[in-house]
Amino acid sequence: MSDLVLKNVHKHYGQFHAVKGIDLTVKAGDFAVLVGPSGCGKSTLLRSIAGLEEISDGDILLGDKSLKDLPPRDRNLAMVFQSYALYPYLTVFENIAFGLRARKVPNAEVEAKVRDAAELLGLTEYLDRKPRALSGGQRQRVAIGRAIVRDAELFLFDEPLSNLDAKLRDEMREELKKLHQRLGKTFIYVTHDQIEAMTLADQIVLLKDGSIEQQGAPLDLFERPNNLFVAGFLGSPSMNLIEVSPLGRDNLVQLADGQTLVVDPAIHARLVETKDPILWGVRPEHFAHVENATNAVMVQIGVLQPTGSRSYASFRIADTHVVAELPAHTVSKEGQQIALSPNMEKTHFFNAGTGERIG
Amino acid sequence: MSVVGRKNRTGLRFALALACTLLFLFPIYWIAAISVKTPEEIFAYPLVWLPGSFNFNNYLVLFRDGDAWSVFHSLVTAGTSTVIAMVLGTFAAYSLARYKTGGNHLSLWIISQRMVPQISIAFPVFLLFVSLKLIDTYAGLIILYTAFNLPYVIWMMRGYIQDVPIELEQSAMIDGLSPFQVILKVVFPMVRAGLFATAVFTFIFAWNDFLFALILTRSEVVTYPVQVTGYFGSQSTFWGKIGAMSMLGMLPMFFVVATMQKYIVRGMSMGAVKG
Repeated sequence: MSDLVLKNVHKHYGQFHAVKGIDLTVKAGDFAVLVGPSGCGKSTLLRSIAGLEEISDGDILLGDKSLKDLPPRDRNLAMVFQSYALYPYLTVFENIAFGLRARKVPNAEVEAKVRDAAELLGLTEYLDRKPRALSGGQRQRVAIGRAIVRDAELFLFDEPLSNLDAKLRDEMREELKKLHQRLGKTFIYVTHDQIEAMTLADQIVLLKDGSIEQQGAPLDLFERPNNLFVAGFLGSPSMNLIEVSPLGRDNLVQLADGQTLVVDPAIHARLVETKDPILWGVRPEHFAHVENATNAVMVQIGVLQPTGSRSYASFRIADTHVVAELPAHTVSKEGQQIALSPNMEKTHFFNAGTGERIG
Repeated sequence: MSVVGRKNRTGLRFALALACTLLFLFPIYWIAAISVKTPEEIFAYPLVWLPGSFNFNNYLVLFRDGDAWSVFHSLVTAGTSTVIAMVLGTFAAYSLARYKTGGNHLSLWIISQRMVPQISIAFPVFLLFVSLKLIDTYAGLIILYTAFNLPYVIWMMRGYIQDVPIELEQSAMIDGLSPFQVILKVVFPMVRAGLFATAVFTFIFAWNDFLFALILTRSEVVTYPVQVTGYFGSQSTFWGKIGAMSMLGMLPMFFVVATMQKYIVRGMSMGAVKG
């Protein structure tokens, strides 16, 4: 088992610069998730690792071996496609066995490996069927089965769950995580879904416009986003971004509607030095309802959306739409005036001009 | 609609379908009937609708005189050219579909070759074949039919191959197949119906060619359409031989279409319905 290392990887399609100098290390056995909005280059990057796309510049190393000039079949990896890519003319058994047969594995071994994989994925009774006689979830399992029977070092997943319905997606997510633990191999997984990224990854790589915005453990990215894009991409509902300006006294910042809050002195010092407008980032769950209004904001609840145990309460601070996630029954009716105290240690300040984090 | 009304409508449709079928089958029946009639019955008036006895003399004569070889010549030329055109054309089509060989215009240029009126190139081809000593040879007709059918095969197969999801090929490449194996083990099975349908039509085109077979053959490899027309004389026309020869020429096509019917229908609808 070896680490996968991407060194300054570029990909051009004619004039279009799809991947712009990616440097990335995925440790052996890690579950890395490439996530980002459509067109961010995540699929291109995955397909470059697979050898389905030639990279324009840079290198891809598995251990100390360069994969760059190897055809896909010599890279010792397995891949699960979004469309499952099952062969409609072969049975489930032969679909799973396809990669083994291609590599001339002896029959007895093929039989044993396919049966093991089918057992693991709950496909045993479907082995004689054709893919068209299976449900979407079962097809997905066959595609995964075909990947795991191969003794590959690297497993690539290209949005494997996006064709499944929500309930099935939740189930398969858990199974994928279990599978990763059981196999102990390196997984590289592409998705545009931040929940999938957060729940599955050991390492999230958040991409935008062909570059890495931030990478690290899911909670690191969530709790300490480097910039506005990362802050806004992870979390649902997304982080509130509220315009503030520092006052020259008492470590205060002022909201657009005139209310003030006390911030950490070190951060306040940096805020005062910042020339650009400043955005204060606070996640909905970091508001708490309080009785007295010390270091809290007074708001009038506009719309209340109960989800069961929690409710989303939305309100305005000057012109900015803000959502707070509160325990159910905190607010009894829409239009109510309440005091909300933000957990200042968990909030962030960003330079609105550059997008960079201030503190 | 009432049950009775629906029954009547079904009956009407059936009657209409039957009438159409009889109408279209009649010429075939008539030529089949002629092939087993005696000369007297052929020329009898009023017409003899049903032959009195089955007289296979016309067939015996064809085999005795060696005229029946023309069906074999047709089988050799049409069959061989179909195989060659299918092999070359399918790989060319794969190249066009997957590697975008020749950009966007090459495939249209290729199919445009098919649109040339054959008679306009008949004379140059004749002169060329004379100088290449290809007149009255299998090779001559096979080369010509292959050349005529290649554009059709390339055009049709390109469409079928484009409809194969590219992920199937990519997945197979990752799983360990070489590009050539991908074509054999993934692309061919996926376009099987299209392959058969295209091959059948290619075979039919070559089988039915009259113009070039007439111009480019003398006595050695006379094909079946040319042989049939040989029986139309200025003095007399040998209807019995025409009937028997036509039946012999129809039989291979009948078997091809009957056995491949499933693939022909599926192949023709493959490109039409995008899943």
